[in-house]
Amino acid sequence: MDSYDAPESTPRQCASSGLKDYFIGATPLQKRLESVRKQTSFIPTPPRRKIPQCSQLQEDVDPQKFAFLLHKQWTLYSLTPLYKFSYTNFKEYSKLLNAFIAAEKQKGLAVEVGDDFNIKVIFSTLLGMKGTQRDPEAFLVQILSKSQLPSEHREGKVLWTGWFCCIFGDSLLETVSEDFTCLPLFLANGAETNTAIIGTWFQKTFDCYFRPLAINAFNLSWMAAMWTACKMDHYMATTEFLWSVPCSPQSLDISYAIHPEDAKALWDSVHKTPGEVTQEEVDLFMDCLYSHFHRHFKIHLSATRLVRVSTSVASAHTDGKIKILCHKYLIGVLAYLTELAIFQIE
Amino acid sequence: MSLQRKVKNSQARKRTSQGSNSYQTTLSAWKVTEDLSDSKSISKHGQNNPVEDYERADDQAEGALQIALTYFEKGSIKTSQSKDKTLEKHLKTVENVAWKNGLAPEGIDILLNVALSGKFGSAVNTRIFKCMIPATLISEDSVVTAVSWLCVGKCSGSTKVLFYRWLVAMFDFIDHKEQINLLYGFFFASLQDDALCPYVCHLLYLLTKKENVKPFRVRKLLDLQAKMGMQPHLQALLSLYKFFVPTLISVSLPMRKKIYFKNSENLWKTALLAVRQRNQGLPPEPLKLMLANVHPIKRKWNSHSVIPVLNSRNYSKESGKKGMNLSDYFSSNGSFPLEQLKSFPQLLQNIHCLELPSQMGAVLNNSLLLHYINCVRDESVLLRLYHWLSQTLQEECIWYKVNNYEHGKEFTNFLDTILKAECFLQEGFYSCEAFLYKSLPLWDGLCCRSQFLQLVSWIPFSSFSEVKPLLFDHLSRLFFTSTIYFKCSVLQCLKELLQNWLLWLSMDIHVKSVNSPLETTLGGSMNSVSKLIHYVGWLSTTAMRLENNSTFLLHFILDFYEKVCDIYINYNLPLVVLFPPGVFYPALLSLDSSILNQLCYIMDRYRKNLTAAKKNELVQKTKSEFSFSSKTYQEFNHYLTATVGCLWTSKPFQKGLYIDPKVLEKASVAEYKNSLNLVHHPALLGYAVFFLLQEWPKERKVNLSSIRGKKWNWYLDYLFSEGLQGLKLFIRSSIHRSSVP
Repeated sequence: MDSYDAPESTPRQCASSGLKDYFIGATPLQKRLESVRKQTSFIPTPPRRKIPQCSQLQEDVDPQKFAFLLHKQWTLYSLTPLYKFSYTNFKEYSKLLNAFIAAEKQKGLAVEVGDDFNIKVIFSTLLGMKGTQRDPEAFLVQILSKSQLPSEHREGKVLWTGWFCCIFGDSLLETVSEDFTCLPLFLANGAETNTAIIGTWFQKTFDCYFRPLAINAFNLSWMAAMWTACKMDHYMATTEFLWSVPCSPQSLDISYAIHPEDAKALWDSVHKTPGEVTQEEVDLFMDCLYSHFHRHFKIHLSATRLVRVSTSVASAHTDGKIKILCHKYLIGVLAYLTELAIFQIE
Repeated sequence: MSLQRKVKNSQARKRTSQGSNSYQTTLSAWKVTEDLSDSKSISKHGQNNPVEDYERADDQAEGALQIALTYFEKGSIKTSQSKDKTLEKHLKTVENVAWKNGLAPEGIDILLNVALSGKFGSAVNTRIFKCMIPATLISEDSVVTAVSWLCVGKCSGSTKVLFYRWLVAMFDFIDHKEQINLLYGFFFASLQDDALCPYVCHLLYLLTKKENVKPFRVRKLLDLQAKMGMQPHLQALLSLYKFFVPTLISVSLPMRKKIYFKNSENLWKTALLAVRQRNQGLPPEPLKLMLANVHPIKRKWNSHSVIPVLNSRNYSKESGKKGMNLSDYFSSNGSFPLEQLKSFPQLLQNIHCLELPSQMGAVLNNSLLLHYINCVRDESVLLRLYHWLSQTLQEECIWYKVNNYEHGKEFTNFLDTILKAECFLQEGFYSCEAFLYKSLPLWDGLCCRSQFLQLVSWIPFSSFSEVKPLLFDHLSRLFFTSTIYFKCSVLQCLKELLQNWLLWLSMDIHVKSVNSPLETTLGGSMNSVSKLIHYVGWLSTTAMRLENNSTFLLHFILDFYEKVCDIYINYNLPLVVLFPPGVFYPALLSLDSSILNQLCYIMDRYRKNLTAAKKNELVQKTKSEFSFSSKTYQEFNHYLTATVGCLWTSKPFQKGLYIDPKVLEKASVAEYKNSLNLVHHPALLGYAVFFLLQEWPKERKVNLSSIRGKKWNWYLDYLFSEGLQGLKLFIRSSIHRSSVP
């Protein structure tokens, strides 16, 4: 585990605060407010970040273990800390959630908790999916359809998957007490109705709050730069950008695909500080793309809105949808998403 | 009247319990009384006044009722023509009284026994049930006895149905329910009967407590559901079970369905209204549980309605017990369920074992729980509320996200609820402050203006310079670019903010609790407040220029300074901040007498505050940290001189103000000095003219300069009588009358 440039060292955290004089021995709530103040008064994101390192997973964890999380489209949500959540109660949770789903699906018909339904809910931990030791363990919820034939004990099809994680979430962890479990990033794959039912159950049970996590163009540019900067053994996909031009009656989309090696070459030409990405570099990188495009098509892309970024590492859409392609950089991608989720819940 | 009736009733009961032969005697006795009263009523009719008449008529009816009740209780079973007639007569009597005044508990007791004992046919029973309307209350014992009749099996199915309907309708009037609750198992068993099932469900719905919810009952209900399908009454009961013990059962009710029980009250509707009116608040409404899942149509999955329903639980607490043994549910864990929390004393008694809501946001709608939030030291309770509130605010805020304007009304209501809670607690929520940081820069100054500005006024006390770049800089930008009305609203909200801060600080200084979250020094706090005041001073000065010294605006500015000038005396805080010249001079030279009056009032209060401060300083001798700089006194004296010069001595602006005589000449006010005193001041000129016209109507020419000497004093009295109280206070305190010009 190499040293991650934890947020403490970023300028926004270092900014001296006169509030310190006011909040001596502050309660978690005041720490919370203080961090909101900081976030609001300075640039929302730190102007420099680490380039995702190869594998930041714990050494004893096989990265292939999480292969099933790759190549799937996940819808992102931010989630406030879970109150009185316990990793030892997964069995009970699955029983309760199972009954809850069954009751929601057949409106008006009561069901007994622990009854046999045609679906199965499984809670399991994603051991090792964390940035630091302090990060709480990530966990997975799966809804499986049960096979109708009783003789076959094999599990049926996966209907819905959702997982909760926290990668380098120190800034959030500092502000809550031990009754809470901080897993600010929630990713769901499956029917939206299922996400709604399960989300509602979590909100009622652990007094938390889900909010869809959209990614704005500013953060998409950051993703583009950081992911282009990642070293790859071989590229799986072209680097592609999608801009949206707001015009009526239909909006116009401009797609811009580059060979990943060209993109990397461009990045290397603007990149100066080793191992880090700075705001200037991100701006420069995007500006180069803009001017190149303008030279050929006489269109100012900077006047349009960036809505999607796809690279060999991952692809992200402004709607808050993400697909991770490269297991090497799984943790790196999630770390940035965790940061965005924490920003949203503050 | 009712007391009398009770006495009579008990007499009647005694009589009826005497023996078999007593019936006849009573009956004959009644006949005599009846005859007597009849003849009396005829003979005395002419002389009686209407009230007495009425009372007597009442008495008479009362007597007849007793007879009728006795008849029902002891009446023979055999029916014949003549008996039928008597029965009809007595029935009529009871009906008349019941529909008019209701029946005493004893009467209901008797009738219940009669109706359920199967003495009469079901037609009669039906009539009896229909008229069993309580005058005040129904005794629990009567109900228990009645239930025992059900076990004997003497009454028909339809009578049983009627009994349950009656019981449901009258549930609120039963004086106690503990005994009845003990019969829960009996009622539950009656669910088997298809005809009774809907009504028994309703009764159980009213009766169920958390401890009544048992796994075997859940299973029984689920069996019934399997047998009968989705029945609304079963759904309601099941959802109540889920409400109490969500770990046993899960059900989700359809959104739109509203009616779960056939209205059992229909038969007695009007009569019940009359009883409620008679009782006026007695007995207390028993707790009505709302169906946990009934909400307005779902908008998005994240929220049924914005604020979650109050619902105690906990899954996690119960599931935390190893193995989730079913027997765990047989013993209640001694905590106090929120659903039963109805009064402040209850809160105090159970504050240590209160079950908190599963979603903390629910406290916003419950003032008792707000009390709890107010005194609780448990940080996790506050954090849960913080997270929920800040996320909900951002999610619901109509300008925070694009295209969210269709839910404007809902957001306004939500803000109103929050403000109500803040007002109730006299404290702002941190989450609201955080929300303001994020949303103020995006605010157009129009959406939910009143609510949004009120949120600003509830910002918890904190370092002004810390908050200024986050909030007040954005606010000033909006302030300067908006209409005068917006400016006034902002000034008003800042006044309220100042007041809230001052109240908080004055409390904090006196209480000085060790756990005070803000470990601030008094000096730091005062510094923050004074910065806020200076900020408003700056806003005001600029706004006065922008709005051409508008009187309307000036009123709001002076309102703010009315708070400021009294800080030392009213809040006992060592702070005096004067207004800036940009406010003082326009007010002093205003054309509006009420502005001048307000200014005088403020000047007087400043004087009193400064004098008090000086006195305290002299008493304490020791140079305290908070002695005001001589600059403040100098500044005040300067203002004072100017005011006195303008109102009294006609020697304004002696020092520090130079105006080129040429300019004055151009404006044809070269003699400006004499133009400023109580008579010639532009705001008071009208008063002076009216004064002269009123006192000397014959004078052909109005000579303002004639107001001097004695006339001056009369004029002063005239001004004071016209309501210029501020002026009066100022002149009384700041001007020695010997200097009358």
